[in-house]
Amino acid sequence: MDRIARFGRFWLNALERTGRAHLFLARMLGALPSLLVRFPLLVRQLYATGVMTLSIVLVSGLFVGMVLALQGFNLLEGFGAESALGQAVALTLVRELGPVVTGLLFAGRAGSAMTAEIGLMKATEQLSGLEMMAVDPFRRVYAPRFFAGFLALPMLAAMFSAVGVYGGYLVGVEVLGVDAGAYWANMQSSVAFMEDVGKGLIKACVFGFVVSWIAVFEGADCIPTSEGVSSATTRTVVYSSLAVLGLDFVLTAIMF
Amino acid sequence: MSSTTDSSESQDASLVRISDLHYSRGAKPIFRGLDFAVPRGQVTTILGPSGTGKTTLLKMIGGQLKPSKGSITVDGKNVAKLGRRDLYALRKRMGMLFQSGALLTDLSVFDNVAFPLREHTDLPESLISHLVLMRLHAVGLRGASELYPAELSGGMARRAALARALVFDPMMIMYDEPFTGQDPISMGVLLTLIRTVNQALGLTSLMVSHDLAEALSISDYVVIISEGVVVEAGTPDELHNSDSAWTQQFLSGSPDGPVPFQLSAPDYAEQLLAGVSR
Repeated sequence: MDRIARFGRFWLNALERTGRAHLFLARMLGALPSLLVRFPLLVRQLYATGVMTLSIVLVSGLFVGMVLALQGFNLLEGFGAESALGQAVALTLVRELGPVVTGLLFAGRAGSAMTAEIGLMKATEQLSGLEMMAVDPFRRVYAPRFFAGFLALPMLAAMFSAVGVYGGYLVGVEVLGVDAGAYWANMQSSVAFMEDVGKGLIKACVFGFVVSWIAVFEGADCIPTSEGVSSATTRTVVYSSLAVLGLDFVLTAIMF
Repeated sequence: MSSTTDSSESQDASLVRISDLHYSRGAKPIFRGLDFAVPRGQVTTILGPSGTGKTTLLKMIGGQLKPSKGSITVDGKNVAKLGRRDLYALRKRMGMLFQSGALLTDLSVFDNVAFPLREHTDLPESLISHLVLMRLHAVGLRGASELYPAELSGGMARRAALARALVFDPMMIMYDEPFTGQDPISMGVLLTLIRTVNQALGLTSLMVSHDLAEALSISDYVVIISEGVVVEAGTPDELHNSDSAWTQQFLSGSPDGPVPFQLSAPDYAEQLLAGVSR
């Protein structure tokens, strides 16, 4: 009997939390127009979430591109098709790895930081303080972070793919000897802007939306203690990563 | 007719009126029919053992928590019934000093104090600078204006927060344990400050404190809360002369009396002899 009650309570709590998260999102979206007046806040958050994540995204992009070239070369060489390396690297990056790996890195680097920052603001009564000063935390704290994350992720994903393509060039052309003309020309002829790059960016926008939503909500909804903030940060990374991977499958099935 | 006159008179005399307030946290009742009024223009102190929900009460007056029954009116407005816009309009006229200070950690002391002015007014930066420096000077922190909250001691952070709470010239200010962690000099300054600010600006001050002697020395009116109800209310002199065992225990700080020091627990000897800690 106890077990059934626990099972029921678990799902009721989960459902209630999902409801709260959606109401939270609605209020956050409602606060977006106020960002036009508070543009400097958005810029500051773009710096904190976007620029500060740039280095890890660029380094990862470079290595992922280089590994793709190594693996792709071994595979394609068997068919004598190593000239298609550029196309293979670019399509893999632009369609899949760019948005997905950037989404995962973003969740780990920027999402966790957002949750921890907001959670600590809650624990140190800064959010209560804002409310008592008649300043809406949705406008001042949540919306700028959420929207900055939403804007930053597609840009980071684009840079990840660009650097990855260059990493593939370094290994494929400079080290393994694929013809440079073939690498670029095959890429140019087979990668369509709207079909591949555009759809990859749509994925990145969706991931940016979901990861930022989870990160900001977890911070605002956490139990305001050290343990509460730490578990909220962990939940952000776990839920965001699962959401990125799950949504990637759904979006790929729908779009490609 | 006469009752209407009475109520409007009492509304004028008291800025905050709490009627039959009930509130529970989970299954634990915090307030069980709390009733009292905060007189306008005076310094009122709420006393009570730890865990009686004094901070919760301040949050309810500020509209951050809603009562499960009963009402809180501030300046004639029922706080729980206000829409967000009206609530924010009311909060602009209330200052609150949190126990931790609640300064924004990404802003310097100067910017923290300037924050409410920049958020709610279009005053020119030169005027904001004057107002902020005046408030910082009043709390003795003009020299700390460029420091960040992380570089301040707990007591300094609270004084900076007081400067911020006062910068908007509120009609009332709520202090949550203002004296905790203050050195004797800043304690003296703070006491004088709370008293003089209350008189000079015509404020109503509502304070929650454990520092009995200090709190009583500047209070006009004291409310003692225990187990969710008002045990006694009156001027400090009236309380000193009270025959209530609750009041005397609280004022003398004695562990023996109607307020138990121990939380309810199984029998001590039995629990020790049972050999199991829980």
